[in-house]
Amino acid sequence: MKSRLRFTLQLSFTLLVCLFMIVPVAMSVMAGLTENYFVGLESGLTLRWVNEVWQLYADTIWLSIKLALACLLITILIGVPAAYGLLRSRRRWANAIEELLLLPVAVPGLATALALLLAYGSYREFRGSWLFILVGHVLFTLPFMVRAVLSVMQTAKLPQLEEAAASLGASFRQRFFGVVIPNCMSGILAGALMVVTLSIGEFNITWMLHTPLTKTLPVGLADSYASMRLEIGSAYTLIFLVMVVPLLVAIQWAGRLTEQRR
Amino acid sequence: MSSSVSITLNQCSRTFAGGNTALQPLDLQVHAGETLVLLGPSGCGKTTTLRIISGLESPDKGGQVQFGERDVTALPIEKRDVGMVFQNYALFPNMSVADNIAYGLKIQRLPRAEIAHRLDEVMRMVDLQGLGERRIDALSGGQKQRVALARAIAVRPKVLLFDEPLAALDAKLRDRLRIEIGQLLRELGTTAVYVTHDQDEAMALGDRIAVMQAGRIAQLGSPQEIYHQPANAFVADFIGAVNCLDVISTRANANGGLVVHGGELRASHLRGVSTVYCRPEDIQVVSVDQADVTGKVVQSIFLGQTQRLMVDTGGASPLQVEAPSRQRWPNGTAIGLALPSSVLFHPDKPTPPVNAKEMANG
Repeated sequence: MKSRLRFTLQLSFTLLVCLFMIVPVAMSVMAGLTENYFVGLESGLTLRWVNEVWQLYADTIWLSIKLALACLLITILIGVPAAYGLLRSRRRWANAIEELLLLPVAVPGLATALALLLAYGSYREFRGSWLFILVGHVLFTLPFMVRAVLSVMQTAKLPQLEEAAASLGASFRQRFFGVVIPNCMSGILAGALMVVTLSIGEFNITWMLHTPLTKTLPVGLADSYASMRLEIGSAYTLIFLVMVVPLLVAIQWAGRLTEQRR
Repeated sequence: MSSSVSITLNQCSRTFAGGNTALQPLDLQVHAGETLVLLGPSGCGKTTTLRIISGLESPDKGGQVQFGERDVTALPIEKRDVGMVFQNYALFPNMSVADNIAYGLKIQRLPRAEIAHRLDEVMRMVDLQGLGERRIDALSGGQKQRVALARAIAVRPKVLLFDEPLAALDAKLRDRLRIEIGQLLRELGTTAVYVTHDQDEAMALGDRIAVMQAGRIAQLGSPQEIYHQPANAFVADFIGAVNCLDVISTRANANGGLVVHGGELRASHLRGVSTVYCRPEDIQVVSVDQADVTGKVVQSIFLGQTQRLMVDTGGASPLQVEAPSRQRWPNGTAIGLALPSSVLFHPDKPTPPVNAKEMANG
């Protein structure tokens, strides 16, 4: 009897906490779909606001996608070889570099952005282009790619596999593309999903670096909250969720895939 | 198969960062077509020697590695034409069994028909027919090591290198694969270097055995030489069990009797030594009045085919004696032991030629 009571209490507490977190999200989504938020649901459901967001902010969404994909490409090109280098070097500075890589995650995004502005702000062309934001995103997301790939590399016994491949006559190139890359695919996948999600949602750095012509989705979101009807901001959130939630689910799935391999 | 090649190491030493010397300057020749076993406890330098031969490690400056007449010291492993089998298989988990075995052949860009032909051939040799499409993680340990073996021999290497290939397998499987590897090596006639810490494996596979200790070769010879004429106490102890009998005094009479705890040994060839060695299986249990040495049984360990008696003769440690398995000697039984002079040895003294009949019995 006693354990039943405890179970009931625990369950209701859990449900309460869940509600506490889910209700705001649900309300926001509903707000984006109601005709008039202040009147309430009686005013009826509509896709009008979603449509309006698309009219106003479609280019921010496209820019965010473009940024995320470019960011992904660069983090793969830099991150995978970097992880491999860290794996192979047994020297003490390898640890130091791994720590340094985490710095952009620990330092507030605003500070990173400020540093970028101080260093490159005077190059007007560069400052005004989306590539400037891309640099900020790569700085911020690269550690996640390196970490994800490195952890898989460490469990995959790569050095031994490479020795075996070398004994069979494979050159460094053949080993890297034929053995190393295929055997850390799950890490690259996990890292890639992380990078894309983080890049799409990144606000701090982007907000400092953007120009009126280079607004990303989260910056547009802040803009709409500040200057538009509540329903439009909420409808914008809805679009954001539709883009990000599948990515988050995919990250979970990739993580499970990695664990199974071990 | 390709004609085999000899391996020569000249003054190969290996010092690791931090000044750790894994290998003292080493000279070693592996004859063409022979199987040389590097045997020793962990940390003795056997794996380092193998890795220097393979090209995975370089010897310190001044060392030289030759395959036949060719100096390969500067060549990386991928240019040395070796086949290597690792302890933990090192199979590519992203490829099927067939793709693993064919990896080296694809690297060589052999024609597709030739690859298929060789794949078929080696899979038959290691008894893996029909498993070509299997995933690596769906194989048992024994099958994995067969795949690794097939992968190494498929490229028809000049030299085959084995780094404790059976250490991760259970005893029964180890025995079976050991026999199969032995047959395979004889069939191929490829020069092979085989690293192990298991003396049975070394005896069964090696044409010659190099027993290594602390970065040096303690003894190099045929399995029979290593076993019956060990170069020092370390080798004697590492290869099989050995008894050490302290000599208390030497009789002044003509046959030079050596007084040991529990009795006296007639061994004129060992005059002057302070310790006499003999193998447990060379000691015979006899009646007390015919015994060279007497003592009391303190423990008997049943081994199946035989039993190991621990006999206290008053010395520092009990003598180990191999006795017939069906007889019983309860603890405390007084027992007589015969130690004929032919089975007594000391590394510094020449051993009398081993009696052919005795060897056949042993």
